[in-house]
Amino acid sequence: MHPDQIIFFLCAALILISALFVVISRNLIHAALWLVAALFGVAVLFALLNANFLAVVQVVVYIGAIAILFLFAVMLTRKDIRDRGPQMRRSWWIPALLGLLILAGLVYLIFAQPGIDRTAAAIPAGVDPLRALGKALVSPGGYVLPFEVSSILLLAALVGAVYVAITKKS
Amino acid sequence: MSLQDFLADPILFISNWLQGLLVGWKLPSGLATVIVFLIGILALVIFAMLFDIFLVWVERKVVARFQDRLGPNRIGPFGLIQPFADIIKLVIKEDITPDGADKVVYNIAPVLAAVSVIILWAVLPLSSKIFGVDLNVAVLYLVAAGALGTLAIIMAGWSSNNKYALLGAYRMVANMVSYEIPMVVTLLIPTILADTMSLNGITQSQETIWYVFLSPLGMLIFLISSIAELGRSPFDLNEAESEIVAGFHIEYSGMKFGWFYASELLHAFTFGGFVGILFFGGWQVPFLMADGFHFGSFVVALPGIGVILLQAVAFMVKAMIGYWVIMWVKYSMPRIRIDQMLAFNWKFLTPLSLVLLSATAVLTKLLSGFPLWIFGVGMFLSNLLIGWITIEILRFYAHRQRRLEEPLAQPASVAARR
Repeated sequence: MHPDQIIFFLCAALILISALFVVISRNLIHAALWLVAALFGVAVLFALLNANFLAVVQVVVYIGAIAILFLFAVMLTRKDIRDRGPQMRRSWWIPALLGLLILAGLVYLIFAQPGIDRTAAAIPAGVDPLRALGKALVSPGGYVLPFEVSSILLLAALVGAVYVAITKKS
Repeated sequence: MSLQDFLADPILFISNWLQGLLVGWKLPSGLATVIVFLIGILALVIFAMLFDIFLVWVERKVVARFQDRLGPNRIGPFGLIQPFADIIKLVIKEDITPDGADKVVYNIAPVLAAVSVIILWAVLPLSSKIFGVDLNVAVLYLVAAGALGTLAIIMAGWSSNNKYALLGAYRMVANMVSYEIPMVVTLLIPTILADTMSLNGITQSQETIWYVFLSPLGMLIFLISSIAELGRSPFDLNEAESEIVAGFHIEYSGMKFGWFYASELLHAFTFGGFVGILFFGGWQVPFLMADGFHFGSFVVALPGIGVILLQAVAFMVKAMIGYWVIMWVKYSMPRIRIDQMLAFNWKFLTPLSLVLLSATAVLTKLLSGFPLWIFGVGMFLSNLLIGWITIEILRFYAHRQRRLEEPLAQPASVAARR
């Protein structure tokens, strides 16, 4: 087996097991920490695909910001970290069946793609994927509109947060 | 495969030799590459950890000098063997896990704290040929490693089942999350100037001029925010002894505490190194090119190994100076309050760094056609102007504040006499 494949399977196992524990662990902090492990696995997958930028941003944004926010929210809002009560609904088999169907459909679709068994071509020398990504994000022919729209969305969220948090002077 | 090759590039020579040896032992070449890389990683980590032991001695000696003491001086010459005695003491100490602690998380946290620092060494260019990996997103990688450090601290604080530890972790995370913003913004300044995010690339592009001359303000903001990121005084609210005893590592004993301590020292040194790389030319030595010193037309030729060693020494000296400045600040400044810490970041450093970044970006484009000295003088003057305006604005607000507070600040006897 190619070393990349070994790393991929180890990573995929890490992601799946951690994702499972996110759902079944009764301690909410543990669930959040398992989520961190799953997100880290995804970052490794990005790195395997030569997407260094996405891998690093995955760690910065999802682990550095969102997971820590989750941890904070859980610690500050819940008096008792543990979750009691049943973990399964009575009709658990309906979502399970739906999930299995969707999984089967996705697997079928992926394997129906032409060129699924081909290895990816190496990045040609002299091409910097990071530079290409940066140019695509700001060039009018690329993704400048979605990029700007999402930044306006973030700005609106920022202004909203400031408005909610501000103390009005009487 | 000769002495000449070794002298030209020792690292490449050794790795080629090992690869050849392993393939000679009938190992597949893919596996041999993996093993050679693992040996390289091991060598770098061992170097970092051994260096860390030396840093314990440096820190204790320097703090002693700042406090007008001698520091460790009993064991070995200048107390050099003291850190080894400390390690033996830490290792044989009783290892206590508090009742009600979350055992797994409690034990993972010190390891993660150390890992979050050691992985920084992967992108640290010690010289033009000695580096782990020349990552094209190294600048962001630095921020990502910081995120893992934050996680380690919050894990330690929560799993200790101690209120002081949790309070320390909250303070530390608030500190790290806020000061990450001016740090990321100032990291973008060398990125813009060098046109690359790779640390080796940033170092190489400082061959003509160090970025501290193009962006002195950026250097200062980066230094301040990295001191805050390290959680060192004046930003050491996370372990304020007078309020919360020791903060997030209050419950840790023995070598687990040792890991936190060692990772803090190595972290400080590594950030000293980053200040050196980003603003003081990293491994660049003035007049030193790839084949020796060039003083105008006068050339002193040096073999590759000499150049590499000189560059490594230059990097270490710059990193040590950065580390010394961080210690200097730590042992001379009193601790600030948490509201001062947050206000200083959000109302001062963040806006200033954003203004500086915009000015740098615009000026780099405007001045790109001009000769280097005009470019340098323009950038330097723009920094001076921004710094001057900032000081004037601060002075204006300080005056207004003082005028508003003056009637209240009068002592009671003065008010009674009226």
